Amino acid sequence: MIEVKNVCAGYGRNQVLHDVNFVAEQGKITVIIGSNGSGKSTLLKALLGLVPVNGGNITVEGAAVNEMTRAELAKKIAYLPQGKNIADISAGRMVLHGRFPYLKYPRKYREEDYRIAEEAMKQMGISSFAGKQMAELSGGMRQKVYIAMALAQQTPVIVMDEPTTYLDIGQQLKFSGLIKQLSESRKTVILVLHDILLALKISDKIAAMKDGKIFRCGTPEEMLASDIFYTLYGVKVKAVQTDAGMQYYYEFADTE
Amino acid sequence: MGSKKRWAMLLGGTIVTSLTIAVMSLCLGNICFTPAELFGILGGSAGNRAGSGMADMGKGILLYARLPRTIASLLAGAALAVSGAVLQNVLSNKLASPSIIGVNAGAGLGVTLCCAAGVLSGYGVSCAAFAGSLITVFIIFIFSCRTNASKTTVILGGVALNSILNAIAESVTVLDTDVAMLSIDFRVGGFSSVSYQRLMPAALLILAAFVLLFTLCNELDVVTLGDETAQGIGLPVGKYRMLFLVLAALLAGAAVSFAGLLGFIGLIVPHFVRRLTGNESGRLLPLCAISGAGFVNLCDMVSRLVFAPYELPVGILMSVIGGPVFLLLLVRYRGGHRYD
Repeated sequence: MIEVKNVCAGYGRNQVLHDVNFVAEQGKITVIIGSNGSGKSTLLKALLGLVPVNGGNITVEGAAVNEMTRAELAKKIAYLPQGKNIADISAGRMVLHGRFPYLKYPRKYREEDYRIAEEAMKQMGISSFAGKQMAELSGGMRQKVYIAMALAQQTPVIVMDEPTTYLDIGQQLKFSGLIKQLSESRKTVILVLHDILLALKISDKIAAMKDGKIFRCGTPEEMLASDIFYTLYGVKVKAVQTDAGMQYYYEFADTE
Repeated sequence: MGSKKRWAMLLGGTIVTSLTIAVMSLCLGNICFTPAELFGILGGSAGNRAGSGMADMGKGILLYARLPRTIASLLAGAALAVSGAVLQNVLSNKLASPSIIGVNAGAGLGVTLCCAAGVLSGYGVSCAAFAGSLITVFIIFIFSCRTNASKTTVILGGVALNSILNAIAESVTVLDTDVAMLSIDFRVGGFSSVSYQRLMPAALLILAAFVLLFTLCNELDVVTLGDETAQGIGLPVGKYRMLFLVLAALLAGAAVSFAGLLGFIGLIVPHFVRRLTGNESGRLLPLCAISGAGFVNLCDMVSRLVFAPYELPVGILMSVIGGPVFLLLLVRYRGGHRYD
């Protein structure tokens, strides 16, 4: 579980987060939404200690983030950032680096690390291109490698910043299945998503951000009942019950 | 063929080739030795020439001219190649190398100032070279961080810095004639004036840097993943990037302190080794060290023998080979923007 209490954070004089309060529970999927520049990615970085936190406190599994070393934190939270370098290494090696926090100097990967990395690749269906260079893979394939790397990290909390970027619709559906599996295995999952429909479909809780604050927070049903999506994005979202479960869609006004 | 088997064959082949070149470098020259004579002298007996008038002279040439020179060329090649590979990884730019981004020039300025102050050998020269290269690396690092410069801009900034440092060093040489005498060999780069006294301090620094670097290969790989990814898997990136820059500067500075301004090794050797081994530092760095050592040793031997009894400074030969290879790299990847 992650608890964020009265957190203010930002870059130098530019304070991005203002008095943010937020709880992500174990075994639940929490999705953070908000328009561009609302502070979603900064909030994730604050959880990881990647931006200076000027007030309040953040705890992961009861331990304060600011009292942990980077390696200790990496054993608690796996992080999939939004912008990533395309490293000149193989996909298999990339996933193996997910085991890095567990190594001690001189850091050499053990048999156990190779086995866990292979399992993570199998889970993401990428075992067949483990030997391929990251630069040779498509954007979607690379994204799967990064997710496998996060899985190999075997942390109780997984934080992903726009993980469905570059994934086609079929892969997005598979991804939502995987995320459900992770939450069912008692992991705390926090996602930043731009896709509201996907957020409504997979989340247990949605936190909407605006101007560096949590503007509204609730279950998908509560958020749907409010006018939050229209307030944030200027769109209306509707739901309809079908045989395949609740389906969500955007309601577009006719344009002349 | 399995990856591990291929790697073992590659490593074994490179070691054997470099050792062969080293033995040839010791045997060949104005006075030639057979391998039996060579090992006889190195082993403590004078070999087949024992008892002849040539024995003492041969032993002297071997132990006090060719042996330090061979060790120096091996060490300089290994140090500059590894330094280049480390800089390329840390700056995320495969066109970075100690000679191109001004690290060698910084070391050269350090040595020039040291000579101008009257210190001509020993730890003082090595420390001055290290300080010069380190300051240059930090300037480039701060420049790239503060300006959020693109990879190309970092290289261009390094080239500009290279010119500035060379201009300062030239000014000192013009103003101080004693330094000018020393400076000709130094600027071109070569091993003709290497002595054990000049070599020892730098050799110790190089070996210490190697020991540390070879135990930090995974960390070096993780640094190349990008700041956020690397921090996300538990590496304090800032500290390690600084450590790697210091080690790269240490290697380049130590090599420059006795070999002068040898260019292009740090660019060519890592580039070709990457093609053979890929980019994983655990394989890249050892193979860069061995092949860099063999390559510089070979160039030094060729430069000694081709125009014998005259000697072409090895730095000239390096530039003759390195210049076209560098141009080839630029032309080859112009369309793909691979290095942007």
